[in-house]
Amino acid sequence: MQKIGLLIETNAAGTKPALNGVITAARGPEHELYGLVFDGKGAAYRDELQDYGIHKIVNVESAEGLLSWNPDNWAKAIVQVMEQLGINILLGLTTSQTKDVFPRIAAILDAPLLLDCIGVDLETLTVEKSQFSGKTIATFKLRGTHYLFGIRPNVIAAHPSPVTAEVLSLQTQIGDESLRVEAVKKDSAGTMDLSEAQIIIAGGRGMQNGENYRILHECADVLGAAVGASRVAVDAGWVPHSMQVGQTGTTVSPNLYIACGISGSVQHFAGMKTSGVVVAINTDPQAAMMQHCDYGIVGDLFDIVPLLTHQLKTTLNPE
Amino acid sequence: MKIYVCVKHVPDTAAKITIIENNQIDEKVTFIINPYDENAIEAAAGLKKQVVDAEIMAVTLGKAAAESTLRSALAMGADRGLFIRSDYHPDSLVTARALKAAIELDGKPDIIFCGNESIDSEGFQTMFRLGAALKVPVASNVVAFKMEGPFVTAECKMDAGSIGVIRMPLPCIVGAGKALNKPRYPTLPDIMKARKKPIRTITLDSLDLDSPAGSMEVVELRPAVEKRRGKIIGGPPEKAVQELVGLLREEAKVI
Repeated sequence: MQKIGLLIETNAAGTKPALNGVITAARGPEHELYGLVFDGKGAAYRDELQDYGIHKIVNVESAEGLLSWNPDNWAKAIVQVMEQLGINILLGLTTSQTKDVFPRIAAILDAPLLLDCIGVDLETLTVEKSQFSGKTIATFKLRGTHYLFGIRPNVIAAHPSPVTAEVLSLQTQIGDESLRVEAVKKDSAGTMDLSEAQIIIAGGRGMQNGENYRILHECADVLGAAVGASRVAVDAGWVPHSMQVGQTGTTVSPNLYIACGISGSVQHFAGMKTSGVVVAINTDPQAAMMQHCDYGIVGDLFDIVPLLTHQLKTTLNPE
Repeated sequence: MKIYVCVKHVPDTAAKITIIENNQIDEKVTFIINPYDENAIEAAAGLKKQVVDAEIMAVTLGKAAAESTLRSALAMGADRGLFIRSDYHPDSLVTARALKAAIELDGKPDIIFCGNESIDSEGFQTMFRLGAALKVPVASNVVAFKMEGPFVTAECKMDAGSIGVIRMPLPCIVGAGKALNKPRYPTLPDIMKARKKPIRTITLDSLDLDSPAGSMEVVELRPAVEKRRGKIIGGPPEKAVQELVGLLREEAKVI
C-alpha cells in the first residue's frame, strides 16, 4: 500500500477546485490518499474530497490548536505528519502557498521536489515540467527516499472516483520558530487569484488606461473570471502588479484565456502558454497573440468586449 | 557586515532554445544574469548604503561562461565575486550544498539575497535548501524589506493579493521578488570598475561535497509544441462575437 499525502489548500470558499485534478493524478491501485488540512475544517470538506478519492482527511494541529499561517511551521508539521503516518510521497498544487511550503519540506528531508509539473507518473516517479519560459518540456526521473510534487493548476483533468473518507486529527510539535509571521494583510487588489482561475480575461497596451479595465471586469463578472494584465499595463501604472500575467508576473493555465489588446511578447506567453483555449482580440492581425490563438477577432476591444459581455449574458443566463 | 548575493547565468528569455545531445541545450546563445537576481543585488546595494562597513560578495555556480554574470553583479554593486566552476549543471540539492560550502569558505554571512526564482530551470527551491544547509531562515517572494538591528522584516507576496509580514533574525536569506525594487542599469564607469574587482574561482569538485539523499535527473528534453486552432473570425463585430460565443460553447466547450 503506497500512502500518498496531499496538501489540501483552502480559502474562504472551501477547498481549491484545482485540487481535484491533483487528487485524480494521485490515485492508483494500492494508493491510499491522505488529505492534509490546516484550517480544522476537514469534516466539512469530506463530501468534496471523498468524491475524488481521498481516503483519509487529516486535520493537522498542534498542542496550541490550529497552526496559523507560517510556512516554516507548516513545513515542519507536514514532515511530522509524513513521519507519523509513513507517507513518503507528497503532492500539492503549485501556488504561492505550495511554493513557500514544499521547498522547505524538501530541504528538511533532503528530498527531490518538482514544482509546476504538467504530467506525473507516480509508478515510475517521473514527471514532466516546462522550462525556459515554456519553450521546452523536461522529463525528470526522481531518486531518493521521499518525493515531492507540485502540479500546475488545471493541467490534469479531474475525474471523480468516490470512496468513503475517514476524518482524523494529528498533533504536531513545532518548537522554537525560526521566523515569525507578524500579520497577513491584503494588498490593494485583493481579487481572485490568477494562478488558479479557470477563466481569465486580460488587457494590455490596447486598454489605454486603468479605468478602461472596468469593461473587462464587467465581462469577467458574467464569466466568473479573473481579470489580468500584461506587463505594459502594469509598468504604465494602470493596474497593480498582482494582475500581471507573464514571466515576471503570475503563470496561469486557465481553461479559457481572453487576451484583449495584448500583442503577445515572449515573456507574456511564458505566463499563459498552457491555457486550454486562447482568444485574441486585437486591431493588429499580425500581433503574436493573433498568430498563436485558438480564436481571434480582429477589431477594437472597446467595441468587441462590451458586445461579448452582452452576448455572454444572453447565452449563459437565459431568462 | 557580510552580504552575499547568489546569482545565476541563464539564457535570455528571447534566446532560441535548441536541444542538442544528452538532453542539453545549445548554450551558444545570449545569456544574462537571472532577472530576479538583479533585484537581489539591488537590495544588497541598498542595504550597503544603509549600513556602515558592509561588503557584498556575489556567488555563482556555473560553467566558464558564467563569469560574465559575476561581472554584471560586480558592475551593479557587488565588491567581490565567488565563482564555483562546474562542467555541468547540477540539480538544486547539489547546488545548495555548493553555495553553502563556497560561502563558508569565504566568511560568515550576515545576510544572503537570492533572486526568488530562475527563468531557466524554474525549480523554485535552491534558496530554501541553502537556508536549511546554513541553518538560517528564508523569506520568499519578498516585495518590501527592512532591517532593524539584528532583525529583518520582510513583506512576502502570497496568493490572491495577500501579503505576509515576516520577521526573522539575522543571519537569514531574503528571496527577492520582482516588485522589491527597480534594479539599476550599470554605468560605463561601473562596468570598467567591475573588470578590476576580484573574483575567486574554485571548482565544484574541490568542494568535496557530501552526496544528497536524493536526486532529480533530466532523462528527456523536448521542444514544447503548441497547436492552436488559429481560427480568425471575420464579419461585422456583433456577428463575430456571436460566432465566437457559439464556438466557445459548442466547439471548445469552455463556457
